[in-house]
Amino acid sequence: MGWLEGRFDEGGVIVTTLEQAVNWARESSLWPLTFGLACCAIEMMATGASRYDMDRFGAGAFRATPRQADLMIVAGTVNYKMASRVRRLYEQMPDPKFVIAMGACTCGGGPYYKYGYNVVKGVDLVVPVDVYVPGCPPRPEALLEGLMRVQDKVRAMKYFTRGQPLQNLVPSRTGCVKLPPELETLERANEYRKRQKELATPTKA
Amino acid sequence: MTGPEIIAILEERFGSRIRDKKPEVIDPYVVVAPEDLLEVCQFLRDDPRLQFDFLNCITGVDYCEPDPAKAAKAGFEPHLEVVYHLSSFHRRHRFVVKVILPRWKDNQPGRLPEVPSVTSLWKTADWHERETYDLVGISFVGHPNLKRILLADDWEGHPLRKDYVFPLEYHGIRGR
Repeated sequence: MGWLEGRFDEGGVIVTTLEQAVNWARESSLWPLTFGLACCAIEMMATGASRYDMDRFGAGAFRATPRQADLMIVAGTVNYKMASRVRRLYEQMPDPKFVIAMGACTCGGGPYYKYGYNVVKGVDLVVPVDVYVPGCPPRPEALLEGLMRVQDKVRAMKYFTRGQPLQNLVPSRTGCVKLPPELETLERANEYRKRQKELATPTKA
Repeated sequence: MTGPEIIAILEERFGSRIRDKKPEVIDPYVVVAPEDLLEVCQFLRDDPRLQFDFLNCITGVDYCEPDPAKAAKAGFEPHLEVVYHLSSFHRRHRFVVKVILPRWKDNQPGRLPEVPSVTSLWKTADWHERETYDLVGISFVGHPNLKRILLADDWEGHPLRKDYVFPLEYHGIRGR
């Protein structure tokens, strides 16, 4: 409470809306579910450990039961046998609940997209996903960024239950998503993609 | 003991029941018929000169070329093989036994080929045989609990068969 310290000598009053106060409390204590499926879980553990310390954002209290969790980080490959379990865990969580799809496998099948007979091609086919964090596996910084995106969603919630904001969110902690210069406009982005495709085609020696 | 010596002992004991052999390779092997497998394995385990007390792994191999244009050049007839890698802690040697099976029993698609289970000889065969059954589709007769070990119980087909068709949908989740 650094900037509040010493401002109020004998107690004090802060005026805010109830909505903002509730959202502030909610975003600052997102409790994730202890739920690791594959190698991404190792990176999730690293994010929770002392070097990256997810607890700085209030999300370090990994709960061992879905009934106490607000946030499900699906960390790792989801296969068909696991899909029904993921769905059940999601349904057991109390509202409002949020889902981060962590890693390439949960975003869209990843390396198992073509020849994985047993892999769900994206966890969004099983549970509704709020934030996608790509990477194989994502760096802890990327997961923290995804967590902050969830907090942005919480901050913009209109009702006390599941009110999801309609407009596009502006990330408040990092300002905006800044694109590199070659992707700034649509024409440039198309040109860039075309060139990348040309570079990727194999040449005959 | 080296591979050719082991093969010589086996041929002395079983004669023409050893269908095929290959002594001069890194992993020397013999091929036996499915009905002879248990007897040969029992001999390999219990003979004081051999003492194969450890089953390293069981592998199912599908020799099949699903593309008809390449099938003529493939160099083999479609068949399945089960490969048993054995080793002996006591004698410090190792050996391979192979069983050749048809892809389907009596050439009727859907009927799994059968081979006797070796769980009575080596306990470790239990899960290996379940995995081979699950992924390659080989029925191990005499196994105490032959059901799928990796895939869901209601899965259809055996994914490591070369002509396996990927599921388009599983319990309402689309596959591609």
